[in-house]
Amino acid sequence: MPDKVDKAEKMDKQQDKTPKHKGTEKVKRGLAQMLKGGVIMDVTTPEQATIAQEAGAVAVMALERVPADIRKEGGVARMAAIEVIQRIMDAVTIPVMAKARIGHFVEAQVLEALGVDFIDESEVLTPADEHYHIDKRPFTVPFVCGARNLGEALRRIAEGAAMIRTKGEAGSGNIVEAIRHLREVTSEIRRLSTLSEEEFVAAAKDLGAPLEIVRDVAEHGRLPVVTFVAGGIATPADAALCMQLGSEGVFVGSGIFKSANPGKTAKAIVEATHYFDDPKVVLEVSKELGAPMAGLEISQIPKEQLLAGRGW
Amino acid sequence: MSAPRIGVLGLQGDVEEHLAMLRRLKADARTVKTAHDLAEVDGLIIPGGESTTVGAMLNRFGLTKPLIERVKEGMPVWGTCMGMIVMAEHVVGSSQPTLGLLNIDVKRNAFGRQVESAEVPLAISGLSGKPFPGVFIRAPWIESARDNAKIMASLDGKGVMVRQGNLLGTSFHPELTDDPRIHKLFIDLVERVAPETVAR
Repeated sequence: MPDKVDKAEKMDKQQDKTPKHKGTEKVKRGLAQMLKGGVIMDVTTPEQATIAQEAGAVAVMALERVPADIRKEGGVARMAAIEVIQRIMDAVTIPVMAKARIGHFVEAQVLEALGVDFIDESEVLTPADEHYHIDKRPFTVPFVCGARNLGEALRRIAEGAAMIRTKGEAGSGNIVEAIRHLREVTSEIRRLSTLSEEEFVAAAKDLGAPLEIVRDVAEHGRLPVVTFVAGGIATPADAALCMQLGSEGVFVGSGIFKSANPGKTAKAIVEATHYFDDPKVVLEVSKELGAPMAGLEISQIPKEQLLAGRGW
Repeated sequence: MSAPRIGVLGLQGDVEEHLAMLRRLKADARTVKTAHDLAEVDGLIIPGGESTTVGAMLNRFGLTKPLIERVKEGMPVWGTCMGMIVMAEHVVGSSQPTLGLLNIDVKRNAFGRQVESAEVPLAISGLSGKPFPGVFIRAPWIESARDNAKIMASLDGKGVMVRQGNLLGTSFHPELTDDPRIHKLFIDLVERVAPETVAR
């Protein structure tokens, strides 16, 4: 008898509860789709996070140090202190991202348990594994990964990345690398869409990427996930340049809180990103911003300090 | 007979996905970024995105007033997720600016953070056939609905779809699915409201 009652109760509960499928590819890629046309800003304190949200950021990246400072201070850069991320999560209602080291799946597990909305497996931190990136598919939380070219982007997607960003050269305040990577990806996609069926296998071999993803890209003329530009954006015009070249949004790292007037610069970059195709708006928002962050000439950065070469 | 002109607010969010679904259904779909664009359409979809971002942008770029005017004249508007938040009268526990079109209180990120985002089959009143594939991403729910705002679907005992005359709001994202039924419903609404345009 008691068995029967248990069963009946169980069935009641099941009927009450609609089945929810969490962490599916659709909801992971879907969050990135909601961020399109927006600006994601690096922040290190709850105050900065609030400034970013008020300026119109679609998400913030919670960090202990912005890339420009990581570059300056050197040493091993790891996942940020949990308290730093938690306080930022408490301060804003927009999604909060955090960085894990390349290949450090336990940092990623910890960030997922904390409840961050997106994990950036990032070359800005010191890589934990020289051979393997994180297998991102089993995670419920979505991942964004950096890429310098199409092959790299497709390998990350094969591992489960729900969003791609160019690597650029983080903390440099110099847009040239990001533009190189963005153009590289778009021209390679364009080339793929001209190929015939028998050329796909060779293209997949050259790209070092799975055939079915290569076919999908060729068919749709775009990556199967949202693609942002990151690494070196310092001004509203930089952001609008990326958008006009086909980026779906921008990450701004050191560019905001290393500028003379962070609140105003943040707002200006947001507006220039939304109205990237209207030079009058970009002009208007670019007025009286004060000094942007200081930039670095890429050739002046010692080779071993270049971040974009981390990962493969 | 020409196709109904339906705009998708194109400041930020999943604009392309809505445009693609509308075009699949043969609507004349356009991006709306300015008051001028708004004057050219018979109906408007406010897509998914970030409500603090878009709410502020509507004001800064002079879209709030003309949009409210058009709604008073009867223009159909549908908000998905962020769109529904922006259309609501009030956001629970927040003073963020909204358009105050829907007589509802809406709670943001009500189901939790991203790890709680989910796909859920939904029963929607008035929609025949199989359950609708609900895609909920950091989704809001309707805390309370007043007057002529009617709840059309619920999840966990909370409203996730609302209809108020020519206005629609959904917590979920039909534009991320292959199911065109709610877009079809909205296009029908626009065709009923703007027969002179459609006959033109």
